[in-house]
Amino acid sequence: MFAYLVRRLLAAVPVLIIASFLSYALVALSGDPLEPLKLRNPPAPQRTIELETARLGLDDNIVVRYGHWLWGVLHGDFGESVQSTYDIGANLTRSTAVTLRLVLVAMLLALVLAVFTGVLGAVRQYSKSDYVLTFTGFVFLAMPLFWVAIVLKDLAVRYNKATGTTVFYTIGEKSQGYDELSPGAKVADLAGHLVLPTIALALISYAAWSRYQRAAVLEVLNSDYVRLARAKGLSWRKVLVRHVLRTALIPLVTVTALDVAGILGGAVITETVFNWNGLGRMLLTGVARGDTDAVASWLLLAGLIVVAFSVIADALYAVLDPRIRHE
Amino acid sequence: MNNVERTQTQLVLRRFFRHRAAVTSLILLVLVTLFAFAGPLLWRYSYTDITDDLSLPPSPGHPFGTDLIGHDTFAQVMRGTQQSIKIALAIALIGTVFGTLWGAIAGLYRGKLDFLMMRLVDIVLTLPLIAVAAAVAAQGVGQSQWWAIAVVLGALTWPYVSRVVRSVVLSLREQEFIEAARALGAGNVRIILRHLLPNALGAIIVSATLAIATGILGEAALSFLGVGVQAPDTSLGLLVSINKDAVNTRPWLFYFPGLFIIAIALTINFIGDGLRDAFDPKQTRVRR
Repeated sequence: MFAYLVRRLLAAVPVLIIASFLSYALVALSGDPLEPLKLRNPPAPQRTIELETARLGLDDNIVVRYGHWLWGVLHGDFGESVQSTYDIGANLTRSTAVTLRLVLVAMLLALVLAVFTGVLGAVRQYSKSDYVLTFTGFVFLAMPLFWVAIVLKDLAVRYNKATGTTVFYTIGEKSQGYDELSPGAKVADLAGHLVLPTIALALISYAAWSRYQRAAVLEVLNSDYVRLARAKGLSWRKVLVRHVLRTALIPLVTVTALDVAGILGGAVITETVFNWNGLGRMLLTGVARGDTDAVASWLLLAGLIVVAFSVIADALYAVLDPRIRHE
Repeated sequence: MNNVERTQTQLVLRRFFRHRAAVTSLILLVLVTLFAFAGPLLWRYSYTDITDDLSLPPSPGHPFGTDLIGHDTFAQVMRGTQQSIKIALAIALIGTVFGTLWGAIAGLYRGKLDFLMMRLVDIVLTLPLIAVAAAVAAQGVGQSQWWAIAVVLGALTWPYVSRVVRSVVLSLREQEFIEAARALGAGNVRIILRHLLPNALGAIIVSATLAIATGILGEAALSFLGVGVQAPDTSLGLLVSINKDAVNTRPWLFYFPGLFIIAIALTINFIGDGLRDAFDPKQTRVRR
């Protein structure tokens, strides 16, 4: 099992390398990051432009630049930013911690919602609650994430104003005086800031998953072994949890792992709405500056996260379905 | 008992028109499209007009109100809907045509070529679509045309289509009629165009429909991040994004374009659902 997972990870290496080369080339070839410097008024000295060009390696061809960057990444150096004081590696580490918190909690919430509504919809197929759940799911599927996030934020601001309290945090991933807080208060502060962005991201993600879950449960419900389990006299609840749900979770695991890239994109948007200083801001500043190294590092990390989730999904198959054993 | 002979298309259409949610959605979508494309010809303001009415809430003169400098929001939403629909259709077209060919070729040839082609699909799927689109589109800001956004998002949508088409082709290619075609001397091009694609049409149409919904939402997201459609032109995503701070003070500016995005994406998803049922009666839930 373990060896299988390691092999899966190794197989992902070429995919990641090519993906990172493509994204590196796309960003590098699409604009000149020194343009602001060159167009500056009064003009920057020629010497400065030359030095910056050399520091960023802009004169090298794209393969050399990419190789240089990749070599650095393998040794823990994520390259040079257009803004020389900007430490890409340090920012990447800090932002990842911030954003993964959002992504993981939102995925967990979305999964719980999806399993609950999916199972309910399947068990009560064609009932009123099934139709209501289906329609609600379709509505969330049709909503732009940033729109939901802004509406949630507005509602929270109104509620805070009306009650004269700060029940909901609407700005940032932590409070201003966070560093002075006691450890317990720190956790509470982070959790408080997580509430709204998590709800927004989870609402957008759960709907599609819920459809898959419903379909999967329906299929299992009609299978012979469920009929057998009932015929043996097992209680309905036991059949549902032990026999139906376990099998019906497998397709959901697949879909969830496939959607991780989409959720990372969603996190970028959610973070922008709620003014978080995480991976979202890092990507958008990098993009605005034409910071090839920063954007490529970002995308490589995103690719790694996606691959990690697909490997976790593989491991979960074996847990859920005893017939699947990775040799 | 009356046994009327029906073609495949007639059967599909019959099943589709029995799907009540899908038909209602289709009517709504047609109305929205008319509103977007015919509306500007009839409405007294253009989206660029600056009226003397500043920050007015909805009224008979301005059904969707006006903004801070006097733009008529009704006219702007018409134009925005038009641009958003155009972009979404282009995204779906690019993604579907490219994805279909890619998936069909990979599925038909299998072997090494299939492996390489599908690894490339994996590569694109590894990257967060919005992030890549933002990275690419940002460089073209200022001169970005609506079709440039469509090309970027279309280029990132095709992997999904190609996966669907490939799986359909993989199962089709083993069937006898393909073997028969081959025995009659049909080449690969003919087999793909005449035999595989028509049989995969249902799956392709469904995924194209869903790609339009993805396109509407993708354009909105890009415009929100500031790398989509640029002023003075407008789109639904840009309208919502420009007016995000007005949600409290002039909510009509924020809610009307947003509701149009939701209406378009929602109706398209229902239509896609209806088409799926119509093309593939095996999966259909029994409708009484």
